[in-house]
Amino acid sequence: MNKAAEIFNKPSTYIPFIAIVLGLLCGGIVMWIGGYDPLEAYGALWQTVFGTKYDFGETIVAITPILFTGLAVGFAFRAGIFNIGADGQYIIGMTAATFIGLKVHLPAFIHAPLALIVGMLCGALWGALVGWLKAYRGVNEVISAIMLNWIALYLSNYILSDFLVKKGEQKTPNIDESASLSIGWLKDFMEGARMDWGIWIGLLCVAIFYVLLWRTKQGYELRAVGHNADAAKAAGINIKASFIKTMMISGAFAGLGGVFSVLGVFHYQVVQAASAGYGFDGIAVALLGGNHPVGILLGAILFGGLTYGSAGMNFEADVPSEIVRIVIGSIIFFVASHGLIRTVIQPLFKKRKSRERKGADMNGNVG
Amino acid sequence: MGTLADLISSTLVFSVALIFAALGGVFSERSGVFNIGLEGMMTAGAFGAAIASFYMETDGGATTSSPWVGLIAGVACGLVFALLHAYATVSLKADQTIVGVVINILAVAVTLYLVKIIFEGAGDTAQLQQVFAKWPIPLLSDIPFLGRAFFNSYPTTYIAYILVPVSSYLLFRTPFGLRLRSVGEHPGAADTVGINVTKYRYIGVLISGALAGLGGATITLTTTSNFSHSTISGQGFIAIAALIFGRWNPYGVFGAAFFFGMAQALRNFLTRFEFSQSIPTEFLYMLPYILTLIVLAGAVGKSVRGPAAAGEAYDPSKR
Repeated sequence: MNKAAEIFNKPSTYIPFIAIVLGLLCGGIVMWIGGYDPLEAYGALWQTVFGTKYDFGETIVAITPILFTGLAVGFAFRAGIFNIGADGQYIIGMTAATFIGLKVHLPAFIHAPLALIVGMLCGALWGALVGWLKAYRGVNEVISAIMLNWIALYLSNYILSDFLVKKGEQKTPNIDESASLSIGWLKDFMEGARMDWGIWIGLLCVAIFYVLLWRTKQGYELRAVGHNADAAKAAGINIKASFIKTMMISGAFAGLGGVFSVLGVFHYQVVQAASAGYGFDGIAVALLGGNHPVGILLGAILFGGLTYGSAGMNFEADVPSEIVRIVIGSIIFFVASHGLIRTVIQPLFKKRKSRERKGADMNGNVG
Repeated sequence: MGTLADLISSTLVFSVALIFAALGGVFSERSGVFNIGLEGMMTAGAFGAAIASFYMETDGGATTSSPWVGLIAGVACGLVFALLHAYATVSLKADQTIVGVVINILAVAVTLYLVKIIFEGAGDTAQLQQVFAKWPIPLLSDIPFLGRAFFNSYPTTYIAYILVPVSSYLLFRTPFGLRLRSVGEHPGAADTVGINVTKYRYIGVLISGALAGLGGATITLTTTSNFSHSTISGQGFIAIAALIFGRWNPYGVFGAAFFFGMAQALRNFLTRFEFSQSIPTEFLYMLPYILTLIVLAGAVGKSVRGPAAAGEAYDPSKR
């Protein structure tokens, strides 16, 4: 059998595709029950995403943040940590970048990189805090990350409203032109869509994710800890250091997401009552992508496209945009419940049963 | 003393929903199923309460029974999502964390979708006329200080007073509780002695859904009087924190939820005093979360460990 067919026949590969179909079907049924025309709605969705260059560009803008948070969550998953705190790391990265973008005045060749690096580092440190609390204080990472998400939100609001926002306003002035990471010519080419370096750095991070985990000794150690922390410890791996390292890298990914939302897309930041939830979308993206960088990229493309397209569904077919969240939720549900899919399509794959069993744990199975 | 009593009284308003949801979490996690989906189940509960009370009001006129119907509807809506959770995690052996995330996504999406259909595009439900009023308990509410602090509250608060000891009794003093906990600690051993692991895990998750739904309904019927996307914003996650903070124990959960509620009440409360002017409000908002981290980080050494088998689907073939 050739290699392409082999990849496709692994359950970890075909299950997401079936899940996507079933998810869209669920969304269709829900729309039909609600008295809407599913075909018209999906048509409008497709039209919104691929209709014009502007829309296509804005779809990429929607993909970028969840690609970063997806990578953040996926990376931590691989090393045995559930990073529910990507939300906070995203906000911290964003706020740090805004601060540098507004308060420091430098020539462009140094200003933008500085803002990017500071934002990334602040995200990394915010993540490392979770790792440190887990490693040295025995605090469950889920609870500390949830706490730190809220602290990040309010800390960011404090920094914004006391230092960066003019009295009586809710958003900061625009950052210096020298800190901008937008790509002007691409923006013009895409009919004004807010194109920036985010997606390119995001693609670079996809590669970094892969190289770090599968091509370095450190990455091997991180994965070993993810598989079985006790065994890794017995083998002489410093698991405390590994927790902190993992969360630093994870936080850096999430922080970068926040950085590009300010430096690339909006150029300003708003005081928020609640977070935008990109960290939680990142969890969904990582799960759909099986915590593999390429899978995460595909997952981010799908969810970003659906999310941006939902505006068009609302506008043209009058369907509440929540339907897209229902579709996304159903897709992840079917990915998680792959037992269900496997039972249904077992007859089709009967001959390949032995191979299937070998790959059965490949899917979303995390420590 | 009067102000302290008022502080406790308003703390209880914030705490009760957390107590319900976190108690639910106790049952679910004690039976061996993580429930990140508490947030979603609370959302469903808040939605159910708002819709059912709304229909009671429009059809039957505003009656005092309508918030009770809302409360029951909230429980029912929480149960629906709990059933989905249990089916996926127990029967299909899906990853519990993932399913919890799914529940959160689906609950918010489905409820808002329905709200937009029912209220023709509006993002929130109509303001309810009939919600719970405070019920001072005769005699008890006359006790100086304690009465004002604890016995002049909403009916839901008294339900919480009852549910905490009842849950503790159920879990630690009855055969049912022993079986539920054994399924969460060592499902293989429990199975060997004839305990139906699937059944007890279903029960654990369903109770958690019912209680989380009750918690969500409480917020609608005592605090917001309607349902929108922001009615439940993070309370479910704070309930999870309270659950871990309270060490999977009903009384501990009560204390932890009370603590979080107090931190929330405190920020409204402190604005009464002169000195609070110099503290940025954001720091008051942060307070509960920072305190939690400090307390948890200080508790190193003591075992903060959940039920041993929580998080894993039970697979008899791996026994």
